[in-house]
Amino acid sequence: MSASTVTEVEGFSPAAFDRLIESRNEPAWLQELRQSAFDTFQSMSLPSRKEEEWMRTDIRMFHLDKFAVPEQVKPEVELPLGVLRQGVDVGGSIVSYNGHTVESNLSEELRQQGVIFGSIAEVLEQRPELLEKYLLTKAVDPHFDKFSSLHAAFFTGGQVLYVPKNTVVKQPLHALSVLGPGGVDLGHTLVIVEEGAEVTMLNETASLDNKAPGMHCGAIELIQHPNSHLRYINLQNWGQGVWHFAHQKAIVERDSTLYWTIGALGSRLSKVNQHVALVGEGAYCEVNGVMFTEGKQHLSYHTLQHHEAPSCRSNFLYKTALQDHSRTVWRGMIKVDNAAQKTDGYQRNDNLILTEHARADSIPGLEIEADDVRCTHGATTGKIDEEQIFYAQTRGFTRKEAMRAIVIGFFQQVFDRIPLESVRDALGNAIASRVREYE
Amino acid sequence: MTDVLKIENLHVAVEGKPILKGVNLTIKRGEIHALMGPNGSGKSTLGFAIMGHPNYEITAGSIHLNDQDVLEMAVDERARAGLFLALQRPVSIPGVRLADFLRHATTNVRNPDRKEGEELIPMREFRKEIKDKMNHLSMDMEFARRYVNDGFSGGEMKRAEILQLAMLQPKFAILDETDSGLDADAVRLASQSIADIGGENMGLLIITHHDKLLEHNPPQFAHVMLGGKIVETGTVKLAQELHTDGYDRIRKAYPEAAAAELEMNEEEVSPAV
Repeated sequence: MSASTVTEVEGFSPAAFDRLIESRNEPAWLQELRQSAFDTFQSMSLPSRKEEEWMRTDIRMFHLDKFAVPEQVKPEVELPLGVLRQGVDVGGSIVSYNGHTVESNLSEELRQQGVIFGSIAEVLEQRPELLEKYLLTKAVDPHFDKFSSLHAAFFTGGQVLYVPKNTVVKQPLHALSVLGPGGVDLGHTLVIVEEGAEVTMLNETASLDNKAPGMHCGAIELIQHPNSHLRYINLQNWGQGVWHFAHQKAIVERDSTLYWTIGALGSRLSKVNQHVALVGEGAYCEVNGVMFTEGKQHLSYHTLQHHEAPSCRSNFLYKTALQDHSRTVWRGMIKVDNAAQKTDGYQRNDNLILTEHARADSIPGLEIEADDVRCTHGATTGKIDEEQIFYAQTRGFTRKEAMRAIVIGFFQQVFDRIPLESVRDALGNAIASRVREYE
Repeated sequence: MTDVLKIENLHVAVEGKPILKGVNLTIKRGEIHALMGPNGSGKSTLGFAIMGHPNYEITAGSIHLNDQDVLEMAVDERARAGLFLALQRPVSIPGVRLADFLRHATTNVRNPDRKEGEELIPMREFRKEIKDKMNHLSMDMEFARRYVNDGFSGGEMKRAEILQLAMLQPKFAILDETDSGLDADAVRLASQSIADIGGENMGLLIITHHDKLLEHNPPQFAHVMLGGKIVETGTVKLAQELHTDGYDRIRKAYPEAAAAELEMNEEEVSPAV
């Protein structure tokens, strides 16, 4: 890059956009996609609390102009390995730093099987037609809001996983995104699983400095062709100074299964839209959400399980523990189209409030147009029962040990649904280390 | 030297309301004491006060385990010092497997100075021990994999308490109606179990309405509590008498305590009148 282009370019301005386009040698279709998203981005203002979706999530302290398109920089320190791959024999891994890929590898065996796992830039060179077909076209809508358009216009890093027809990938693939202090990550994850294929992906985020500010504005797209099976594990572990905005959508076709685990531990504020569309008969989706918030964290998850085809099942379970002044919002919707007869939909959100000033809002919802369906939902919010603590103490547990056991027990129902030990351990350890002694 | 649990002039209030009004009781390790008395006389309160439940305020008196001041100790310190309370209504802890719970509990009680985060007793060793104990109590190993008291029947809860007693081997155990909610066969089994797990090595305070639990654990002492005091102490014969004849004789013999009992229970009774 020549010295003249290093001059100050304001945040996400038209000049910054032009510079991004110039600096990346991307095909015309992608430039057009970015341009159209940028137009939307410019035409929209940041959401306000007047909007239904943002009523409970205050981003007045978020100043977009304090951030800018991330430059490719070399991390000055060694990046963490990530917690999800501990003890796991992975088939490939990608690491990105401040939204740029710094490491990418895939085993020769998987490469020979036709599996693709690489950065967006790599895959753009190898298989541009794949990206043209799937990137921000089928799942996430770039024009949905200010953040989705910002992401689509400016995304830099990210990863693509493609599993060809009838290919069963035994080794999980691992992607880690790391933010440095003040960093910006606009990473995109795209997973395409062809008919009859099977794969597990571990995706996690981390910050080098738990307190430093940062921003992530990302998207996850999971595309499943008929009779495919995907386990997708997403651990959001940004530092507590990071603003986290994400649109995540899965499209699940006929007879496919999706097991999606979300661990949400980090960020200063999160606003995540998680959307699963069951578009083919007999599809199944299970979502396991684990959240633990502390300090002044605010995590807002809006989930949508959209039954578009008949005889699909969906099962969402979110468990949240909160301490200090933290706050969570969970808004879950089961939407059943007229065509989606014999739907079996379930959603549940349980909240455990550990300290007086934490607050959890649970808003389950149903929108049903078919008549032959079964949909159930529920939400609970409660505190640790002092009688439980006393009981454990009479058996020799300290008060803190008792609380830790009770909190981990609260999450056990979700852990029981997660077959990967590294994932259970990573979440279990993170939870155990957070639990304190409460009055 | 024999371990001694000594309770002197114990006064306990719950939400400001006096429940125990001067209880004196000395239990030596190896002795069995039966504590009887009508509902609401303060039997369970004594158990909770000995163990240190935060809702039970000690307004006067003392509890000593040998020369240790029990009232100065946190609940878990009491457990580690060798006190155990089998609850009348054990609490469920969903998501925590009984085996894991007990491994942690056993580790802490056997290593009273263990710091948080230090190693638990080795899994293999623990597994063998709990398996032996469960076999002995005719319990299926599957039981230990269930979450603590979660969805347990009344009988299962009581058996889980006995299993914990067997694993923790305290110096002194208070069994608060460990027989209630059990049918006759189950009571016999529980009674047998308590004797089997080395009850003779403990000091036992058995709170019960029935004499069946005492069948295999014949008490050297039987105490009657009325109106927040122990009004009479006798032998196993006293326990049998109360079981057969009820508390009329006691109420007549101790009119002051009977009046206190009436007063204590008034609040609970009046709405029904």
